[in-house]
Amino acid sequence: MSEHPDRLWRNPEPRSGYDVVIVGGGGHGLATAYYLAANHGIRNVAVLEKGWLAGGNMARNTTIIRSNYLWDESAAIYEHALKLWEGLSAELDYDILFSQRGVLNLAHTLQDVREGTRRVNANRLNGVDAEWLDPDEVQKFCPVVNTSPDVRYPVLGATLQPRAGIAKHDHVAWAFARKADELGVDLIQGCEVTGFLKQGNKVVGVETNLGPIRAGRVGMAAAGHSSVLASLADVRLPVQSHPLQALVSELLEPVHPCVVMSNHVHVYVSQAHKGELVMGAGIDPYNSYAQRGSVHVIEQQMAAALELFPIFARAHVLRTWGGIVDVTPDASPIIGPTPVDELFVNCGWGTGGFKATPASGWTYAHTLATGKAHPLNEPFALERFTTGALIDEHGAAAVAH
Amino acid sequence: MLLIPCPWCGDRDETEFHYGGQAGVPYPERPADLSDEDWGRYLFVRDNPKGRFEERWSHSAGCRRWFSIVRDTVSNEIVR
Ligand SMILES: Cc1cc2nc3c(=O)[nH]c(=O)nc-3n(C[C@H](O)[C@H](O)[C@H](O)COP(=O)(O)OP(=O)(O)OC[C@H]3O[C@@H](n4cnc5c(N)ncnc54)[C@H](O)[C@@H]3O)c2cc1C
Ligand SMILES: [Zn+2]
Repeated sequence: MSEHPDRLWRNPEPRSGYDVVIVGGGGHGLATAYYLAANHGIRNVAVLEKGWLAGGNMARNTTIIRSNYLWDESAAIYEHALKLWEGLSAELDYDILFSQRGVLNLAHTLQDVREGTRRVNANRLNGVDAEWLDPDEVQKFCPVVNTSPDVRYPVLGATLQPRAGIAKHDHVAWAFARKADELGVDLIQGCEVTGFLKQGNKVVGVETNLGPIRAGRVGMAAAGHSSVLASLADVRLPVQSHPLQALVSELLEPVHPCVVMSNHVHVYVSQAHKGELVMGAGIDPYNSYAQRGSVHVIEQQMAAALELFPIFARAHVLRTWGGIVDVTPDASPIIGPTPVDELFVNCGWGTGGFKATPASGWTYAHTLATGKAHPLNEPFALERFTTGALIDEHGAAAVAH
Repeated sequence: MLLIPCPWCGDRDETEFHYGGQAGVPYPERPADLSDEDWGRYLFVRDNPKGRFEERWSHSAGCRRWFSIVRDTVSNEIVR
């Protein structure tokens, strides 16, 4: 028997209190804890996770990373994330297999073409790399996509973000967890928050299955369970929880060089480092906490994939699964204060928060350290659902990703 | 795939239906009198319970009528 490899983090018992308690040990909670310690020197921090670390959406996502969103606010925060991704393996001293292989968003209708070229221009004005490809250029960039004009949904062009790509989600979580732990953060698994300790309108700690834990500030990062968690503090969020499914094929030789997304045919496809084709599409329509969805949604994803990639017709499905995603009315996240003092929320990333993990953690850490918004997350506060200053990214976020 | 009981047509496949979200959210009687907070809550905030949820469905590929059911959002069991 070979020796057990080194543990990546301690498994401490919770102390009686912390300066900051983060609820939810997914990618966002772990990144927040790391940046609290690394950027702000706040190390008396606990991350409480009811299951095991990064076993929620962090373990279930299809790892697409890009920053080619339409509006200035989104471009700014997602591009900040992409810049952090570019240095993350080095910063965390862990290979997260970040592969900038390029993401294509295909256009199949004239409206798609208009929307795509508009987004390319908006991206460039925001310093986000973006190109418009005609069908021949799409064919060169991704030879396995069917660009024949003689199909049901011919490819009329595509946007390309060359710096976009994929990473290994588990490695990302472990890398953040290990560094946060090294800096003194307590990562506490099997610890479910069941209530909040309050003094008047101020949160002073949390109730858990392991007993009460006091806190100077509490940051919620519970993804699909954000509404359930916030309701324990009588906070209602503009969030609905839905299943989001994905699937992988058996392992194949390298055949698909980039990431292809199509809002219109409604699927996205990449090939993981190990060789499986990774596919996904939209949410199941109904509210759910079941971490599984309906089979016809998977069938439709595969049918759509075959429209684009006839070459995959004989690939077999290896595995399908679902996560629970927290969807907001404008397909943009919520990061900021709640009506309860010292209680903060980071949620609503819905179908696309993996790509934002470092920037979500970076800005949320700033907010938890200072009590104030970072300029990058200021537009994403809960307030926008009163002021009406929504950041509508349904176009750039349409195939769940 | 959910099997959804349309009160007029009986049990039908989920693919025949459209989802309508939380049931029993009336349009405000005097919208002009609402504060910005209340109007925002009416527009954007809905219940999102883990457990029983009363929700709207439309039998859009059948009789096209709207109705409400109570479904458990964890087990998907349709209770009523
Ligand atoms: C199938 C699928 C595909 C996706 N593909 C992509 C993609 O390609 N690109 C992309 O950018 N995004 C993608 N996403 C979205 C992305 O996964 C999420 O937006 C992101 O992971 C959410 O943040 P998180 O990692 O912190 O969430 P999670 O990993 O879900 O973390 C939340 C944690 O909170 C814990 N928790 C909840 N309640 C409590 C409580 N009361 N007490 C203690 N702990 C609690 C949960 O157990 C969970 O571990 C995908 C999602 C799914 C489901
Ligand atoms: Zn009917």
